[in-house]
Amino acid sequence: MSGRALPLLFLNLGGEMLYILDQRLRAQSIPGEKARKVMNDIITTMFNKKFMEELFKPQELYSKKALRTVYDRLAHASIMRLNQASMDKLYDLMTMAFKYQVLLCPRPKDILLVTFNHLDAIKDFIRDSPGILNQVDETFRQLIEVYGGLSAGEFQLIRQTLLLFFQDMHIRVSIFLKDKVQNSNGRFVLPISGPVPWGTEVPGLIRMYNRNGDEVKRTEFTTDGNYITPQREGSFDLYGDRVLKLGTNMYSVSRQVETHMSGSSKNLASHAKENVAPNPLAKEELNFLARLLGGLDIKKPGGSETGFRLNLFTTDEEEEQAALTRPEELSYKVVNIEATQDPGLRAELARIAGELEVAEPSPASSGKGEDLLALMDGL
Amino acid sequence: MYRRDRSVQLGGSSSALYNNLSVLRLPQRQLACFCAVHGPAVNVLSAANDGLAGSQRQLRAPPAAPAAAAAAVTQAAWCVLPARVLLVLTSQKGVQMYESDGSVMVYWHALDITEQPPAQAVFARGIAAAGERFICVGTSSGMVLVFDIPHKGTNVTVSEVLEEHHHAITDIAAELGQAPEGAGDLVTADDAGALCIWSSGEEFTLLNKIPALGCTCSSVKLWNGVVAAGYGNGQIRLYEAATGVLRAEVNAHARWIYALDLAPLTGKLLSGAEDSFVHVWKLSRNPDTDDVEIEHCHAECVTDTQICGARFCDPEGCSFAVTGYDLSEIFRYSQV
Repeated sequence: MSGRALPLLFLNLGGEMLYILDQRLRAQSIPGEKARKVMNDIITTMFNKKFMEELFKPQELYSKKALRTVYDRLAHASIMRLNQASMDKLYDLMTMAFKYQVLLCPRPKDILLVTFNHLDAIKDFIRDSPGILNQVDETFRQLIEVYGGLSAGEFQLIRQTLLLFFQDMHIRVSIFLKDKVQNSNGRFVLPISGPVPWGTEVPGLIRMYNRNGDEVKRTEFTTDGNYITPQREGSFDLYGDRVLKLGTNMYSVSRQVETHMSGSSKNLASHAKENVAPNPLAKEELNFLARLLGGLDIKKPGGSETGFRLNLFTTDEEEEQAALTRPEELSYKVVNIEATQDPGLRAELARIAGELEVAEPSPASSGKGEDLLALMDGL
Repeated sequence: MYRRDRSVQLGGSSSALYNNLSVLRLPQRQLACFCAVHGPAVNVLSAANDGLAGSQRQLRAPPAAPAAAAAAVTQAAWCVLPARVLLVLTSQKGVQMYESDGSVMVYWHALDITEQPPAQAVFARGIAAAGERFICVGTSSGMVLVFDIPHKGTNVTVSEVLEEHHHAITDIAAELGQAPEGAGDLVTADDAGALCIWSSGEEFTLLNKIPALGCTCSSVKLWNGVVAAGYGNGQIRLYEAATGVLRAEVNAHARWIYALDLAPLTGKLLSGAEDSFVHVWKLSRNPDTDDVEIEHCHAECVTDTQICGARFCDPEGCSFAVTGYDLSEIFRYSQV
């Protein structure tokens, strides 16, 4: 519905992706140099000027399938590889985290503060690289320019558009379950206590006025809710205390990132309908992908760089098991470009995809011929 | 005061949209019909008094091209006119009107997309029957379309376009009781919080305009000349329709209000919000002072649910139904 939801969706999901990748890179003890290169490469690609231009154009949100394809390319913008199962898990975690943040935002406008929290953290990841820092600041300024003047009603429309995108997603995330912010049925806990949103009064007071506007009666009512007045409003400037904690990094090296695939439950029924759709994406979605992917300036890794594989699971066996047991209705079915009907568009997408292909380190080649897994074991 | 009854199961979960529940009572058949919006579709179903669902149907907004992405529906509501009952759907594409059981589409009005600048969202939203033969529908540009509905058949025409609002219409409500002199019989609300009070007829007349106070009015009701308005900051405000004077302010909810409903025979008011709470209030007029009074009757917390629709199921307000975002059922409550 809202044509301005996409940049917020993309940047926040991207931010969550970086949090998770950062945690996994450290948990798997990938050497600092390599880890930093991966983070820098992905962030550089994300904040590419041409890409951002396409993103900020007013447009509808596209399907999860289309968006997933963009993140697939983004995650492979560097020397790191991810298997399908790990990529699926990464996307699950990203989407459930942002769904939680959108749902719990006190005011619709606070989605902007959540976005700023993600960007503040991204700037910290690349604090030693002034070139990329500039790009991120540019995007920051663009966000302030585009969203700074929107009304509460327009923000609520953006929020409703995002909630539509996340509707019926109930994947259980271990870290959420442990922190008791998600129930075992996959639904998020909505607290009925704490500070009310900035601009809202604590519920309870009723005031009645006569025809002349004089207050003539005042009564109070009580409920189970336990609300308090908020201390201060978060900052919407380039720098400042955001106050809101939603959108800050909840992962650390010691906290594992697991998901539980929901078993057969009727809640999945409506989710299943979307993925079982026979056709690949509609023409508009393919056009969108062509534009966005065309803007992703992905560099091929240099000859001396050794690629590696990142695993979102604790062991390779777990990753294999996850791939085998992922419920059909939750598979993302990444875009099959070959299946595009329009030959011109198919050629164009194939060309772009070809340009974006990260060279697969071939096991037979010398020098880097060692088994990648052995390489990682030795780290 | 109210206890939970058996829920009615929906074909799909409800979307986070204002006023996302409509109820049509069929007392002679001991049935109630419910409809709620789920993305590009509307679930229409009937249920007996004990909550057991009867027939179910899904309606969709028409896409422009066969392979195009489905348009999002913004609202679905029954409009009860003396001659007939129509089920009206508003979406990003326009306005559809069906026979009350959703079986046949009677009329389709496409929104003129080319008029809007592309950065602005385009959609229709806000539905109400007015003046015994009109159906009013709001749009994202602030216009209100007035449709003249024939007693039967498909010859619906646009009788008038009301252009007083400068922001997207959120809700429209017709007088549910008896309007006092000069109080009008229709109220329209918008995204900025402005309210307009109208008198319906061959030509609609603007009687009053309550200026925006910087907060979205997402839901509005009109009863015996009193406007009840629900806002994004969780407040309910009562205004005198004839004069526009504020008569009561309630700090009702801790989050954005999504739905209001009113039971015309008793003056009971229902409010539902993102804070998981549904409240029942009682509106009345002090006969001596003519002051408008509102008192709190009942609070219901629908755990872990952001309410998006709330409606009384009978004109006394003895029972009500509630929908929530991502919830595939309709919660029902009735008075003990």
